[in-house]
Amino acid sequence: MPEIFQYDFMIRAFVGGVLVGALAPALGVFLVLRRLALIADSLSHVALTGVAFGLLTKTFPPIAGLLATSTAAVAIETVRLKRLMPGDVALAVVLYSALAVAVVVIGLAGGFNVDLFSYLFGSILTVNNTDLWLLAALAAVVITFVVSFYPELAQSSFDTDLARVSGVRVFGVNLVLAILTGATITLSMRVVGVLLVGALIVVPVMVSLRVATGLRPAIGLAVAIGIGSSLFGLTIAFYANVAAGGAIVLTSVGILVLTMATEYVVGKVRA
Amino acid sequence: MTVNERNGSSANGVNLEFRNATYGYEAIDVVQDISFTVEQGDFVALLGPNGSGKTTLVRLALGLVNPTRGEVLLFGAQAHRFRDWHQVGYVPQTVEGIHTQFPATVEEIVSHGLYKGFDPTRFWKLGIPESVRISMEAVGVANLRKRRISALSTGQQQRVLIARSLVRDPKILLLDEPEAGVDAAGQEQLYSILRRLNTEDGITILMVSHDIGAVMREAKTVACINRTLVFHGPAHHITQRELSDLYGLPMDVLVHDLMHEHR
Repeated sequence: MPEIFQYDFMIRAFVGGVLVGALAPALGVFLVLRRLALIADSLSHVALTGVAFGLLTKTFPPIAGLLATSTAAVAIETVRLKRLMPGDVALAVVLYSALAVAVVVIGLAGGFNVDLFSYLFGSILTVNNTDLWLLAALAAVVITFVVSFYPELAQSSFDTDLARVSGVRVFGVNLVLAILTGATITLSMRVVGVLLVGALIVVPVMVSLRVATGLRPAIGLAVAIGIGSSLFGLTIAFYANVAAGGAIVLTSVGILVLTMATEYVVGKVRA
Repeated sequence: MTVNERNGSSANGVNLEFRNATYGYEAIDVVQDISFTVEQGDFVALLGPNGSGKTTLVRLALGLVNPTRGEVLLFGAQAHRFRDWHQVGYVPQTVEGIHTQFPATVEEIVSHGLYKGFDPTRFWKLGIPESVRISMEAVGVANLRKRRISALSTGQQQRVLIARSLVRDPKILLLDEPEAGVDAAGQEQLYSILRRLNTEDGITILMVSHDIGAVMREAKTVACINRTLVFHGPAHHITQRELSDLYGLPMDVLVHDLMHEHR
């Protein structure tokens, strides 16, 4: 057996990586198509606020993170529905408010320490079985949601008004999508880090939208690229002794760059 | 109304009715006190200059916005409470998905029209129903069925959206400037499709348009709005003075345009 599989923490890292690599792009497809890619970034910072409260109150940080991201998701979608402010501005306001609260609370909780860094940048060494069970449960919920509500997700991503005139309850679908995105970010923190999880929501999708024809193949390809990036990135991290989150995200960015370069070359050759 | 009375089709009933409908925000009325009815089988063109509230009127008709005063009735129900969506086809001016590398194929988009509420098994149904094929053939996009919607020309996309509406077997079709960005051949193709849907299939059509010549040729009824309803009646009753008042253009410009279009 290769050395990499002889460590329990690497097995856990691989399981976590596969789950995160599948979850993030599965939701990301619908976020990117709605031009809501930045919601991932905003909810990441909200999750960080939750973690800060968790560290301050000595409660399990992911639970605090889930509460925080769900609340923020409801707030963002309500602001978008009521058109209280433009969508991108609403996301920016949430991002900076959350970050400001996080900074204050982290100060109160005794400043920056190892625990906090494990959430900021991910820490495969500390991924435990509880983290994995939570991720697995979330994966089951997300897959059920995407499959069961596929027509609603597809229609409302294509055009909000057309979806509404077809009888789709767009607000409800958007709300669940935002809440599940928040949950995915929160539970992915230990694997890739809160600052980088947004990349896994967006980058694999950018590749698949360039390549795939058909919405189902696009989701499938994005998930495959997410899982592939996780596995490859973790392997690199193990042997090269670099940060796992960074290696995973750099792998997916590498795939994106390669895809764009190939498209460019193919375009030149045909022209 | 007069057109339908003349055609003897008023017995078919009213599809859409504006009753003193007013919509505005921040104390400015975008459309004001609009009243008219659209009867089954009519072909209504909605004319008006930019910013006259044409798109708002369509959004009111579809219940996408609620009137601030008055009411809008779609098949007798308040438009924003209306739920019987299979009766209504809508072709917006642009769709969000066209600009976001939306990966769905033409036949997927047309299949969207079949949506009839929550169905968790839909994801696994990969086959394309016969009705989708028929709709694609009716508007001449069957040969594009495996192409990505975002890879098509504007005219082709408009026809895909019409097919998406037709698959629902609607009674009324609302189109928001379907000719915008479409070349002359594409426009002719579009109008011949709409003419056939209206005369052969009896589908009511409400079309926002900029193309006065085409409206004169194709529509049975014209509604001119410039925040308020300026004219409503049979297309051939509208005068050049009313048109030039509506657009604020010298009459000869429009007349020239009309003569040109009528050739």
